[in-house]
Amino acid sequence: MGFVENMIKKSRLKSPWIVHFDCGSCNGCDIEVLACLTPMYDVERFGVVNTGNPKHADVLLVTGTVNHRNRHVLKQIYEQMPEPKAVVSIGACNLSGGVFKDSYNILNGAHTVIPVDVFVPGCPPKPEAIIDGVVTALNALAAKMGLGPAPGAALMPGDEDAPKAAAVG
Amino acid sequence: MNRSTVIPFGPQHPVLPEPLHIKFVVEDETVVQAVPQLGFVHRGLESLVRTKDFNQMVFVVERICGICSCIHANCYCNAIEDMLGVTAPPRAQFLRVIWSELHRIHSHLLWLGLFADAFGFESVFHQFWRIREHVMDICEATAGNRVILSINVVGGVRRDLNLDQINWMLGELDKIENGMRELTRTMLDDYTVQERTRGIGVLSKDDARLLGAVGPTLRGSGWECDERMHGYAAYKELNFVPVVEHDGDCYARCKVRFNETLHAIELVREALNRLPESELTVKLPGNPDGESVFRVEQPRGELFYYVRANGSKMLERMRVRTPTFANIPPLLAMLPGCKLPDVPVIVLSIDPCISCTER
Ligand code: SF4
Repeated sequence: MGFVENMIKKSRLKSPWIVHFDCGSCNGCDIEVLACLTPMYDVERFGVVNTGNPKHADVLLVTGTVNHRNRHVLKQIYEQMPEPKAVVSIGACNLSGGVFKDSYNILNGAHTVIPVDVFVPGCPPKPEAIIDGVVTALNALAAKMGLGPAPGAALMPGDEDAPKAAAVG
Repeated sequence: MNRSTVIPFGPQHPVLPEPLHIKFVVEDETVVQAVPQLGFVHRGLESLVRTKDFNQMVFVVERICGICSCIHANCYCNAIEDMLGVTAPPRAQFLRVIWSELHRIHSHLLWLGLFADAFGFESVFHQFWRIREHVMDICEATAGNRVILSINVVGGVRRDLNLDQINWMLGELDKIENGMRELTRTMLDDYTVQERTRGIGVLSKDDARLLGAVGPTLRGSGWECDERMHGYAAYKELNFVPVVEHDGDCYARCKVRFNETLHAIELVREALNRLPESELTVKLPGNPDGESVFRVEQPRGELFYYVRANGSKMLERMRVRTPTFANIPPLLAMLPGCKLPDVPVIVLSIDPCISCTER
């Protein structure tokens, strides 16, 4: 592996750019994601930059209930992101449908549409948990680049079909 | 020759955290028509009344909107209580007002921040969100969660405040108020802010009424109309006056929300100081039967609930009309004729809450 290539990989991990897609959350999770950027939590001091453009992003944060209308949008955004990429699924709704699970328009979680690396449970999770989720996603990203061991794998509680992922929180 | 172009806005767009999709027909830089496309957040929430009983529904209606969840639950509980013929005890009424107004403060602070961000004033965005963290701290310390409080139950509230908490809250409220007063000059008197908001997105007094605007959009156009004037919960005992502005532009709506935040701080203070002693819940006399409607004032405007029950544990039907739904026709009337760079400012000026609207 060349020196320059290595530098690029290291800098991507040092300063991950995130894109946030709201799949139809109740806003509870959204405002907690936004709160991570504000002076109290200020993730920018760690080099995390929020971008609006999926083509610039390394980590995708998904919140809210995935439904039949927005799953295509979610899939498109995921496909537009360059490799390697990591996905963090945030909030009870996004993990499994949450309180809306019985409703007719709901898919049971983002992991049914795209591969998810980290699950952050909570309704809504606290900003600390979300930051922790992003940090865990960086380990997953490093593993995908061949720069570290794969993070400890865990199933989501109560869901045998869930893909292997690191549980946070 | 047809020179118009169609520009899609959303569903994933940096200025809006929510998936709203609007198609703009533009000629050069001027918007001639705006066509909204909805449905990205539809969760089929009203159908859940068939699988959850009327006590569990409180937790579902709280999750219609995370920003004003307490007020949704307040409205729903009041509607069911009306049907059952019970009233929540006085202390519960006051506590409901306290948590509702805290939600109003944090919702307006959030909006003021996002609005500043929409015209590119990012440092003010951070300032407002810094102040907002005090409200979140209060919510977390008193209710156990930052955003979704789950305070209301049918017949009362679930948590109480003790004297230590009240004194600490009064101190935090002072901090919020001081922070707001420091930002008054930056937000309301600033030349740049006025340039970007004055005379933009004007809704005349007659149009506001004809198109059925509600909340700060209506009050910014000069109508003195606020559900809290009708005195549900404990508002009849508090010193409430609606905040009204007359220009009907984005600046007026911004000013209404700014002053409402200060007024909400006053209301919380007053309610904390006059908290009566009583039980927190009343015993329910059985299952609801019949129909009822209730209206409350959300940060975004009038919220309306209709519920119908048949004497069993499950409700038969629930219908919610949210303020953003009422404010979309006025928004579509404001947009034509504006310049494309003003679109985010105008869209945000009605404080759209898409997850409420589509449920
Ligand atoms: S997990 Fe809870 S807070 Fe997050 S979007 Fe769903 S209902 Fe809202």
